[in-house]
Amino acid sequence: MTAIVDVRGIKKIYGHGNTEVRALDGVDFQVQPGEFVAVMGPSGSGKSTCMNIVGCLDPPSAGRYHFCGLDIARFNRDELAMLRRHYLAFVFQSFNLIPRTTALENVALPLVYQGVKPAERNARALRALASVGIAERADHTPSELSGGQQQRVAIARALVTEPTLLLADEPTGNLDTATTEEVLHLLKQLNHERDLTILLVTHEPEVALHTQRVLWFVDGKLVNDGTPDEVLS
Amino acid sequence: MRTVDIFSMAFVAIARNKVRSFLTALGIIIGVGSVIAMVHLGQAATQSVADNISQMGSNLLVVSTGRGGRGPGGVRIVSKPFTHEDVEAIRNDVRGVLVAPTVTTNQNLVHGNVNHNGSVLGTTNEYFPTRNWDLAGGRLFTDEEMYTAARVCVLGSTVTRTLFGGSEPIGQTIRVGRSSCEVVGILAPKGASFGQDLDDVVAMPITSVQSRIVGHRDIRTIFISAIEDGTTSRVHDEIDELLRHRRGSSMEDDFFVRDMQEVADTLEGTTRTLTMLLGAIAAISLLVGGIGIMNIMLVSVTERTREIGVRIAIGARVRDVLWQFLVEAVAISCLGGILGVGLGIVGTYVATDKMELPFLLSTEVMLIGFAFSVAIGVIFGYVPARKAANLNPIEALRHE
Repeated sequence: MTAIVDVRGIKKIYGHGNTEVRALDGVDFQVQPGEFVAVMGPSGSGKSTCMNIVGCLDPPSAGRYHFCGLDIARFNRDELAMLRRHYLAFVFQSFNLIPRTTALENVALPLVYQGVKPAERNARALRALASVGIAERADHTPSELSGGQQQRVAIARALVTEPTLLLADEPTGNLDTATTEEVLHLLKQLNHERDLTILLVTHEPEVALHTQRVLWFVDGKLVNDGTPDEVLS
Repeated sequence: MRTVDIFSMAFVAIARNKVRSFLTALGIIIGVGSVIAMVHLGQAATQSVADNISQMGSNLLVVSTGRGGRGPGGVRIVSKPFTHEDVEAIRNDVRGVLVAPTVTTNQNLVHGNVNHNGSVLGTTNEYFPTRNWDLAGGRLFTDEEMYTAARVCVLGSTVTRTLFGGSEPIGQTIRVGRSSCEVVGILAPKGASFGQDLDDVVAMPITSVQSRIVGHRDIRTIFISAIEDGTTSRVHDEIDELLRHRRGSSMEDDFFVRDMQEVADTLEGTTRTLTMLLGAIAAISLLVGGIGIMNIMLVSVTERTREIGVRIAIGARVRDVLWQFLVEAVAISCLGGILGVGLGIVGTYVATDKMELPFLLSTEVMLIGFAFSVAIGVIFGYVPARKAANLNPIEALRHE
């Protein structure tokens, strides 16, 4: 079976000479289909950089990254956009919904870029909203929604394209404990029911405990890779 | 991404910020409006000049004696007047013309207790068709009256109104200078040409004016009309040649033949140049409007940096983002262009009404004005759109 994510020796280096910063310094790991993985580590350990590379938003300075067996280095900007449009999805800490735009339109946006027609777009967006349990808020704009509701809309936007890999960068960072539980429960459910592969960045051990595997970064290096119990103990 | 979605995205963005979109478009509205109003006004002025000239008679040639020139020692030379024989020669030798010699003088006109200082014109009956001038009542001069230098006159409408008010002038006698004179006809109103009231005139047989009023037989101006259209330049040449020969002028001509077609061409050329100049000045405001659009779009791109980051993250291509912002800028300037055309029409109407010029709209001018607004949108929308499209998504998503 082809790994969804297969990174080997990837580095990300900013600046030159004395001011050189090694955000990632030779990282190898694989993520298999259906895995729910937490990426952890202190601030500045390179976990966000790693997510950006895996999300095809940022090319590595060195090393190889295969996404579903495809060598990303061979892709140009438009082809990478195509990968993001069809196979990747993002959930952000600050939700990043488009302001003054209804939940339904926000969720339908990725389909706009796929060239899907409005009727189908709206039907699929509504289904995605229903699957995260927020269909009744379809006509509300982000400012009319609570944080938890906004994050659900953002998850619906990620799901609407039926992606291969979901990248969540501290998705519960701006949520209270109760909503954090709800959102994590939702992600776990998606992982179970749809076999959706999820990579989740967090610095909270309680969040990581919901996952199956933890990648622990320190100073741009992957120092620990195992089950949450193993890594966090 | 479907084209229709690019457009709907742009219009949604415009509708979401109605006031700002309007203010952004305002520069274009004023720019297009002023270009259209200015060019229309210029065209109306050109038209008005052409109308004035055709009122004078577009086949008209005016032959006059030279006034200028200085001889040896700076002595002003007054060239010799035309004679009755010159007039007869033109009449006989140049084909297809009406010839009207004239003598003009200012005289005191009196009827009853009304005094009026007016222009007295001594001429022949040919003068009236030459100037496209009709009688409103009465008659012109008879051959006998011409021959005997009879004391008869035909009044212009201003003189009629001033001297007679509402009463019937035909058959009445007025005093012109020191001689009395019977009114035999009234001229139809002719209006003003280049600000001069053409109706403030008393016409008499040229013989009468020469012998009874001015006391000499000099003719300084001859009005000639080419009967057939398009023959003015031939007539012009023939008169030149004939008079040169008759007057035996040695070095340069001591007379002028002014051809109204020439005058018309010169004046129309001048007003056309002025129109272009006005349009060009107005076009500068259009340019400023374009810079306004660029400015606001750059602010808008900065403001929506995160949104752009999200769009790129969920799979928008560089050109999708470029098109979105470019179409938005062009749509704003198009809306500005449409409103500007409206403003231009209103402006033209108000200005032509105030300046008593003809209100004429040119589709061509309006289309060009609108096309300019589209072009401005493309040119000034490109820089902000490219800035948006080339944003680094990671930095954009981190933007506060």
